[in-house]
Amino acid sequence: MVKLNRDKIRNKKILDVHNLVTRFHTFDGVVNALSGVTFHLNHGETLGVVGESGSGKSVTMMSLLHLLPAPPAKIEGGQAFYYGDEAPVDLLTLNKSGISRIRGDHIGFIFQDALSALNPVMTVGRQIGETLVEHLGMSPSAAMKRSVELLAYVGIPEPKKRAAAYPHQFSGGMRQRAMIALSIACEPNIIIADEPTTALDVTVQAQIIELVQRLKKEMDMSVIWITHDLGVVAGMADRVMVMYAGHVVETAPVDDIFYRPSHPYTIKLLGALPKMGETVHHRLESIDGVPPDLLEKPVHCQYAWRCHMARERCWEDIPKSRQMGDRHRAACFLDVAKEEA
Amino acid sequence: MQRYILSRLIQSVFILFGVLFIVFFMLQMTGDPVSLLISRHSSPEEVEAMREELGFNRPVPAQFASFIGNALTGDFGKSLRHKQPAMDLILDRLPATVELATTALLISLILGIPLGLISGSNPGSFWDVLSRGTGLLGQTIPNFWLALILILVFSVHLGWFPTFGRSTWTFLGMTLPTRSVILPAFSLALFTMGQLVRFTRSAVMEIRSEDFVRTAYSKGIADRKVYFRHILRNAAIPLISIVGVQFGYLLSGSIYIETIFSWPGLGNLLAESIGNRDFALVQAIAFFSSFVVVTLNLLTDIAYAVADPRIRY
Ligand SMILES: Nc1ncnc2c1ncn2[C@@H]1O[C@H](COP(=O)(O)OP(=O)(O)OP(=O)(O)O)[C@@H](O)[C@H]1O
Ligand SMILES: [Mg+2]
Repeated sequence: MVKLNRDKIRNKKILDVHNLVTRFHTFDGVVNALSGVTFHLNHGETLGVVGESGSGKSVTMMSLLHLLPAPPAKIEGGQAFYYGDEAPVDLLTLNKSGISRIRGDHIGFIFQDALSALNPVMTVGRQIGETLVEHLGMSPSAAMKRSVELLAYVGIPEPKKRAAAYPHQFSGGMRQRAMIALSIACEPNIIIADEPTTALDVTVQAQIIELVQRLKKEMDMSVIWITHDLGVVAGMADRVMVMYAGHVVETAPVDDIFYRPSHPYTIKLLGALPKMGETVHHRLESIDGVPPDLLEKPVHCQYAWRCHMARERCWEDIPKSRQMGDRHRAACFLDVAKEEA
Repeated sequence: MQRYILSRLIQSVFILFGVLFIVFFMLQMTGDPVSLLISRHSSPEEVEAMREELGFNRPVPAQFASFIGNALTGDFGKSLRHKQPAMDLILDRLPATVELATTALLISLILGIPLGLISGSNPGSFWDVLSRGTGLLGQTIPNFWLALILILVFSVHLGWFPTFGRSTWTFLGMTLPTRSVILPAFSLALFTMGQLVRFTRSAVMEIRSEDFVRTAYSKGIADRKVYFRHILRNAAIPLISIVGVQFGYLLSGSIYIETIFSWPGLGNLLAESIGNRDFALVQAIAFFSSFVVVTLNLLTDIAYAVADPRIRY
């Protein structure tokens, strides 16, 4: 890729998504997976994305890169401007070769379970090399050499030997490191990590988080980190976006999310967090009630069913996202902070 | 890898011993084999003499031991009908069956795999429906019926192919097939083709939705490369075993097809030997077919291990 002058866009938007609508047309009906998702990512920042299972975190990110199986998936609306290329582009309007140019080279993806996310019958070195051959035009042997360097760079011992090994010969943590090496091979502007540590045990988790933070700094990238774990978000994110049933319900700098949450759902999520000194690892699922059925088109606040503050209004209309403070937006009719006081 | 092959090799030897055991007792179970072998008008002395000659008067374990001993050297006794060693007869007929089986396998691969790929890559499309329909027909049409229709249309009416028999031509000392193999091979290939369509389709569909395929797309490599390097390469692994099994089935010779086309192969020989109650020959063919199947399974497993590193290590 034409390396962008990253200083020029520092603290500016590198990705700006408006009203993204993605639906799945299945035999059971239309699944309204995303009903107008709006968010942005600044260059150099880490955006944490949280929300219960099924809230649309993965679908949002995969929609951007056209990675969803179509059919059943269909992106039915919205724009996703990417400013890291020579000229701003709307990712959603790109054709096959256009999006292929972005994938891997401009935006790297780290998937959750590296064992299933890597090809079982291709050596890890070749899988990393494929990207280099494609985007940087390297020869296969040069790509292999670079793969070895990348494996060393992400902290894999004996990288030369490991490059010739298959994914099943790696330990879980090492495999996720290899997956990370693959995603950063072309030094992309953005890395999207979709729950990259969920399958790993706690100490390995911490190492992987540390690794990504180091890489982000050294390679001057922006990171979108999807997770269930608010604890992880608190430790590494600059800003947080909370998703619920295909909507972004709140976005704010990380401190605001924890100290001045403005959406009842965020408050509940925080309530489900372990208190200071508690060692139990709570998951977000521990909130009462179930998310709404996405087969029904939303006509009112999707959280109203479970909301401990719901009013009549909440059943009449879908709340628009409102400014709640500096860089702080939430999609709620109420002034939650005042009501809670 | 070597350990894996060795253990599979040992397994195969055990299986073959089991087969020999069954083949031997198959004959014992029929009661007194000698009574099956001679005419109803023989005198008791003649019967006794025959028993003596064939060794049936000895205790069963001793008979079994010498049966195994001979079998290991490829000696299954003489065909009563042809007055020739059974194994020689088999080896005589083998080229015809190998020719037929190989041609049938090639036909089924050439038709079945592309159809399966098209249909697995575009599920629900017109081509998918067409391919699946063809595959289903292949598996359900009885091949002897198809053989008769083919003869009627292409041999009798159009005269493109001979109606029966095998002819060969020699080139540089090699015996090569002629078009006489086409109709029998096609009839025989149909079922295997149907299986290949089905298996290829489901293998491709399964692999297509694997996470690593999504990863491959996320790297930005061209669709064509994702298809060949990631999808096909993985879908080929389960196909290895189905091709191996099907080739074993084809190589055992088809009684129906070889009989209909008077194809001078193993299937024909087997049908004839059963009709003649030629026990030595039936035993030899039964063992030989098992041997072919076991050997092919072994080769299949080795190919599998070569193709899939998860087995290799
Ligand atoms: N292939 C598909 N067909 C139909 N519906 C789908 C498909 N993929 C996702 N969905 C639906 O889209 C919604 C959002 O799913 P998504 O995977 O984005 O959730 P998520 O927030 O990433 O959850 P998790 O934390 O479990 O990964 C879910 O309700 C899911 O049922
Ligand atoms: Mg997800």
